[in-house]
Amino acid sequence: MALILFYITSAVAIFATVMMITRLNAVHGLLYLILSLLSVGVLFFLLGAYFAAVLEVIIYAGAIMVLFVFVIMMLNQGKKTIAQERMWLQPGIWIGPSLLALILFVEMLVVIAFGGNAETGHVVTAKQVGIALYGPYLLAVELASMLLLAGLVGAYHLGKPMLSTSKNGRKS
Amino acid sequence: MELGLSLSVVLFVLGLVGVLVRRNLIMMLMSLEVMLNATGLAFIVAGSRWGQADGQIMFLLILTLAAAEVGVGLGLALQIFHRFHTLDADSMNEMKG
Repeated sequence: MALILFYITSAVAIFATVMMITRLNAVHGLLYLILSLLSVGVLFFLLGAYFAAVLEVIIYAGAIMVLFVFVIMMLNQGKKTIAQERMWLQPGIWIGPSLLALILFVEMLVVIAFGGNAETGHVVTAKQVGIALYGPYLLAVELASMLLLAGLVGAYHLGKPMLSTSKNGRKS
Repeated sequence: MELGLSLSVVLFVLGLVGVLVRRNLIMMLMSLEVMLNATGLAFIVAGSRWGQADGQIMFLLILTLAAAEVGVGLGLALQIFHRFHTLDADSMNEMKG
């Protein structure tokens, strides 16, 4: 049964990614990208990597997507924004992503109904990950923190001029 | 396991095609996310195959990289939009180098 779920989820992931790179509108692409990330999260769960599945949903499909939505909405200021939003929110746009999400939801219900163990590989628990992370990989954690600090400083530096001179952007 | 690895290859190629074909900077960044996600999937599949935690740790590092990359990349996209008033990547062909 787990293999069938794996096939279905892989099909959902590939379909959502293809739809994502062929959408003309960035918001529509974002909807399908979220579905692609969610289906990869389900794949992680099916592979027995529960901790990675949780992080995939929380950080990828949650935090990073919020950043994308924020920037897309920030770049669409102006008079025609309302008409544009109305055009984006046509009911037909939501059908595709909703159907894909429904497939993933049904898969989750099936897994719960069959007792919650549907992994196809070895289960690696969060405890093992944590022990390895703060044992042999301690230096990598420190380097990751350095990388995040650099990203924070870089994003602040790049975004700071916009806060003061957002009215009259420099013409090149 | 072969299925998982081939799926990660397919997703990576799809992301690469997205980066190469699309000219919208936001869409290019989203395709980059797909590529990073595909590499993370490959690591998870390998870690699940051998029952080791190293795959998930590499996934965590890739996640950190993706977060930092998205922050800086979207900041750059904002700067480009304010200077060129477009998100077209081909509009930035003024750099003489």
